[in-house]
Amino acid sequence: MASHAVDPHVSSTVQHHFENAEQQKDASTVGMWVFLLTEVMFFGGLFLAYFVYRQAYPAAFAAASNNTNLIIGAANTTVLICSSLTMALAVRSAAIGKSNLIVLFLVLTLVLGGTFLGVKAYEYHDKYVRHEIPGHHFDCRDEAGKACTDAAHTPLFFALYFGMTGLHATHMVVGVGIILFLIGQARKGAYSPEWHTPVELFGLYWHFVDIVWIFLFPLLYLIDRSGAPK
Amino acid sequence: MITATPPVQTKKNYLNQTEGLKSWLLTHDHKRIAILYLLGVTFYFALGGIFAVLIRLELATPAGDLVESNTYNKLFTMHGVIMVFIFLVPSIPAVFGNFLIPLMIGAKDVAFPRVNLLSWYIYMLGGMFVLTVLFFGGVDTGWTFYTPFSSSYSNGYVILSGLGVFIVGFSSILTGLNFIVTIHRMRAPGMTWFRLPLFVWAHYATSMLQVLGTPVIAVTMFLLVLERGFHIGFFDPAYGGDPVLFQHMFWFYSHPAVYIMILPSMGVVTEIITTFSSKKPFGYTFIAFSSVAIAVFGFIVWGHHMFVSGQSVYAGMVFSILSYVVAIPSAIKVFNWTATMYKGSVRITTPMLYALGFIGLFTIGGLTGLFLACLGMDVHLTDSYFVIAHFHYVMVGGAIMGFLGGVHFWWPKIFGRMYDEGWSKISAIIVFTGFNLTFFPQFILGYLGMPRRYHAYPPEFQVLNVLSSAGASILGVGYLIPFCYLLWSLKYGPPAPPNPWGATGLEWQTASPPPTENFAVTPVVTQEAYTYTKEEVVHVG
Repeated sequence: MASHAVDPHVSSTVQHHFENAEQQKDASTVGMWVFLLTEVMFFGGLFLAYFVYRQAYPAAFAAASNNTNLIIGAANTTVLICSSLTMALAVRSAAIGKSNLIVLFLVLTLVLGGTFLGVKAYEYHDKYVRHEIPGHHFDCRDEAGKACTDAAHTPLFFALYFGMTGLHATHMVVGVGIILFLIGQARKGAYSPEWHTPVELFGLYWHFVDIVWIFLFPLLYLIDRSGAPK
Repeated sequence: MITATPPVQTKKNYLNQTEGLKSWLLTHDHKRIAILYLLGVTFYFALGGIFAVLIRLELATPAGDLVESNTYNKLFTMHGVIMVFIFLVPSIPAVFGNFLIPLMIGAKDVAFPRVNLLSWYIYMLGGMFVLTVLFFGGVDTGWTFYTPFSSSYSNGYVILSGLGVFIVGFSSILTGLNFIVTIHRMRAPGMTWFRLPLFVWAHYATSMLQVLGTPVIAVTMFLLVLERGFHIGFFDPAYGGDPVLFQHMFWFYSHPAVYIMILPSMGVVTEIITTFSSKKPFGYTFIAFSSVAIAVFGFIVWGHHMFVSGQSVYAGMVFSILSYVVAIPSAIKVFNWTATMYKGSVRITTPMLYALGFIGLFTIGGLTGLFLACLGMDVHLTDSYFVIAHFHYVMVGGAIMGFLGGVHFWWPKIFGRMYDEGWSKISAIIVFTGFNLTFFPQFILGYLGMPRRYHAYPPEFQVLNVLSSAGASILGVGYLIPFCYLLWSLKYGPPAPPNPWGATGLEWQTASPPPTENFAVTPVVTQEAYTYTKEEVVHVG
């Protein structure tokens, strides 16, 4: 970065190309929202595919969605919503300048996020054992061991299931990495009520990832469950 | 225009502030990153050009004698992938947008300088993937990667190419994101939205397209890789999928991508035309909003690429009508450029030659686009050389003419050297001539029924193909000459004054080349853009 005369009124956390801390924070916030907009479009492609195929093959989707584990999915949803709460509390702690609490709530968020990923891994393994991963060994069967309705199109549901939850989980893994970084910074006391933009913006990201799941859960686990053709 | 800093002539500028390779590879300066991008896109332009040369050589004779059909498939695929994703999409935004937007709005840098550098590394990484594909033996799907051929049957390196496109996409997203935030939050005091140069408006619209469209091609490539690599199928009917869905998702990005390529070019042309007419652009707000309108309409016309794909006829009709609508903001621009020159004091310089060439070629490209937007006509012309000619008129005649116009317009600002005016005018004329000779015959070929993507053709098409190949060699010479005299100017060109063209705009108020911090004092803007008074026209440098 170029050498500049240091303005005594400007705090050291303001980068050289910004006029003041307010402009810097504004820019970062707008940047994060624009980034989330790109994320909406990124997931949007998969949601489009889901809607198109569900519209085209409702029977296959109803049958296949019965093979997701509702109890585990619901529990995991709860875990994720709780992690959003702890994340919000971490941001609040940063705003009132309690570094210890930031660390505490970030660690809680990390644990909850990790739990979610662990449960997800268990679900994937379960799907693997039951031959529900699309490919040569794919074989969808209901509880009674009968082949799923519209077997030609049930793989689509599972392809979407893995595509959507996989992309979501990838975002969680990235999030976990960032939380680790934030915990390290918070322990060093890097965040103050005046400047804690990284914690705040990561909060936006984490809530976004949660909201994606809030859409995925009903689409993949709930819809058509009761009215599924037997 | 601006009561700002007097041009302070200091020896230190962004080029010599710090030295050594590391100071370039780790720079956060938007101007240096623009130069890094310039090197990247020039390399890929040359590489993509080599494939074009081979294609035109093969097509000089009716028989498929130079290369095998399979090799030919790989040639046009590599040409398309490199030119579209790695040259055209980043070209003007990443080079001139990066260099100029902070200067034009009176900022010290873009909002996120480190993200800006990251975008260059991502770009280079994506480029490496495509180079790797090339090294292993190429890919033969066409740049459109249509499934199920790409996912189940092609024997090329589809996964590597798909990942390359996926990765390069993120550099485009980051550039767009950076520009949006920069334009929203980094403007100098007094730089209101309607005092922004129209180049900035064009880039704002482009950035919206990049930010909203690119993630969709990214996820499409992701699904393609899953399908090909792991048999987790989405599009191949063998897996229960629908190949038309791939086409929808592909064109949802790739049609707006056409506007990612042309809008920045239109921004460049607007700057050049007003400067060399020494006149306010006719209808500032119309030009500004037509950029936004093109971006908005650009998102709802993708289905015109799919009239023969089996999508519903009603969808086809709606897409056809909407495609006509895009012509309106495009025509507004053409009329406004023309009206700007009317009664202006027009100077025919090299950038102006490129801008004038752009208007002519873009008009032909745009109007032939209407032929293709027409549902019935398109059925006859689909996948023929008419389509090839149309989009080369827009992408080469439009986007690359704008790029070269921009290179010649801002070269003195970027490198602080003047180039040779005689050679540059000659090469501009050669490019225009060569271009028309290359691509105009292709309209006729397409109309007569010559399909695209074949390495052999019936003998009656040979005359027109030979004309086209001859034109391509002239065009090639036209691209090589600037390469030589521009490099020459770096060392031997006379030093450029801060404002060699007598232009308004903040970028001309600072030194050539600009200092690292752009402006000694943050400028305060008190007037609209393009306030040409008699006095200021005389005041050159």
